Amino acid sequence: MRFIVCIKQVPDTTSVKIDKRTGRLIREGIPTIINPEDKNALEAALSLKEKYEGEIIVISMGPPQADEALREALAMGADRAILLTDRAFAGADTMATAYSLGSAVKKIGEYDLILCGRQAIDGDTAQVGPQLAEFLKVPQITYVSELNIEENKVVAIQELEDKRVRWEASLPALLTITSEANKPRYPSAYGIMDAYREKEVETWEKKHLDIDEERIGLEGSPTSVKRIFSPEPKGKGEIIKEEPKESAEILFNRLRAKNII
Amino acid sequence: MDYSISKELELLRKTVREFCENEVVPVVEDMDREGKFPEENIKKMAKLGLMGLPISKEYGGAGAGMLGYCIAVEEIGKVCNSHGTILGAHTSLCCMPIEMFGTEEQKQKYLVPLARGEKLGAFALTEPNAGSDAAAIETTAVREGDYYILNGTKIWITNADRADVIIVLTVTDKALGARGGITTLIVEKGTPGLSVGTLEDKMGIRGSSTAELIFENCRVPKENVLGDVGAGFIVFMKGLDCGRLSLAAGCVGGAQACLDASIKFAMNRIQFGKPIWEKQAIQWMIADMATEVYAARNMVYHAIWLKETGKRFTKESAMCKLFASEILCKAIDTALQIHGGMGYMKKFPIERMYRDARITRIYEGTNEIQKLVIANMISREMRRA
Repeated sequence: MRFIVCIKQVPDTTSVKIDKRTGRLIREGIPTIINPEDKNALEAALSLKEKYEGEIIVISMGPPQADEALREALAMGADRAILLTDRAFAGADTMATAYSLGSAVKKIGEYDLILCGRQAIDGDTAQVGPQLAEFLKVPQITYVSELNIEENKVVAIQELEDKRVRWEASLPALLTITSEANKPRYPSAYGIMDAYREKEVETWEKKHLDIDEERIGLEGSPTSVKRIFSPEPKGKGEIIKEEPKESAEILFNRLRAKNII
Repeated sequence: MDYSISKELELLRKTVREFCENEVVPVVEDMDREGKFPEENIKKMAKLGLMGLPISKEYGGAGAGMLGYCIAVEEIGKVCNSHGTILGAHTSLCCMPIEMFGTEEQKQKYLVPLARGEKLGAFALTEPNAGSDAAAIETTAVREGDYYILNGTKIWITNADRADVIIVLTVTDKALGARGGITTLIVEKGTPGLSVGTLEDKMGIRGSSTAELIFENCRVPKENVLGDVGAGFIVFMKGLDCGRLSLAAGCVGGAQACLDASIKFAMNRIQFGKPIWEKQAIQWMIADMATEVYAARNMVYHAIWLKETGKRFTKESAMCKLFASEILCKAIDTALQIHGGMGYMKKFPIERMYRDARITRIYEGTNEIQKLVIANMISREMRRA
């Protein structure tokens, strides 16, 4: 089987600060990581490969530094890594990103399953996976917490807020994976050394792809950002420290006063 | 001069750091209290290729070099010296001497499974009447046909009861002493005549096991001589050169952890209406600690560079062990002082780290012995000049 895993290199948001003037993230000096749920997607592919054999191709669109994220994916066990990098791709919103990734997937050729993380911790849109599936015209299952392949179809559990839904889809298909799906493995020291010394990251530029230039980068992005601001931090919560029975009563009255219950 | 660290070793550092935070930190309190060997974690470390970092790929290692190995030990040293000690005894004192001195057969038979972490290694030198004075060992190995017959007792051996492969220092010719009379042998667990004696209860590094090894007419095949007969002193000195370097790397990690914890605590602890960080007394302590960590790390990395470029590093490795263990013990004492009563309580890691640090000034040659090694190397340099 052939698995394609889409990954994004993101700033480690646990150590990110926001520029108060522009409202933008200060990216300088912030360590970058593979988007956490993309690692879950890669882990899902690695487990499936252990069961059914095959090839895992990781693909990322980003600046040349995203090479590091792809090397880490190779170290975890991916077989091939492709970096889509070109100034023409810069400034892409989710649609232009999905279109560009889709063009790269078409160049790769045959595949059985595309796995993406549910959403990235920097943009938080959760749109690229679904849009990519639409461009490629393949079935999609989002918010997947469990998956398996049975007789040429994928069976997955979709984790929704109020319920879990079991879906089946014919292959090829695209799934977006949540952090509940698995615990991503650590790359081994052997894998790390091989990723840098034995394996390659292929670089694909615009000219390598059959691509409509008006649909990529900033120009191909219908999204425009109206305003960026940091929301005021929420005030501290109140702790009611009475005896349990009294606390419950106070809480009940407060909630009722606010028409919550 | 290029001080940058390659991207693969940075990824290795990040991976080991994550492993330590997620797998080591949660178990250390129990491990320390109960003196429990962290068996599960050692298995996990084996799976990650951490048990053979400096060993070449050809012999089952990761091929990460001395720098890769020491970076990993530094990260482990930040959270747990028990894990670091187990790894150090296995890698520096068992795997590395076999890679340096072993025959091809010995490497295939012992080094490959050791470096893959399928087997655990140990190194046995110390005896009731010999430690600092290594030439005074009394464990004998007498040739009898195709075997050496070992008799004697080794004490305080790290990993002794857990090890599958033990490098043992023996006397083959008492008259020759250190100059031709000492031989190292590779002894397998389960060899008839080898038994594990008392398991020690220790002040610190309580997760690492330390035990007595008893040899009673223990028959070891003659093929298991490591290096040449009578050249055992060279084998163990070269092994210790590596061991002291990785030990120093662990101390750098430990001292860095003391520094990080002290800064964090001092910035958050409010006394007299302000963080104690604003007191000059605290600032001086932290400035000293930061300077010493910086100095020790640079020493260690420089000595690693000497080793990796094939230069002599015996003196420097002894200096690194001496300096890094001293500054670790000073850093943990300062960190405890900054944390005050909180640092003294068992529910915070400072208390365990304080006990764990103390051994670093003693094992793999006391710091007093390191000074003798350094002075000895200086006098040799003088003679050569």
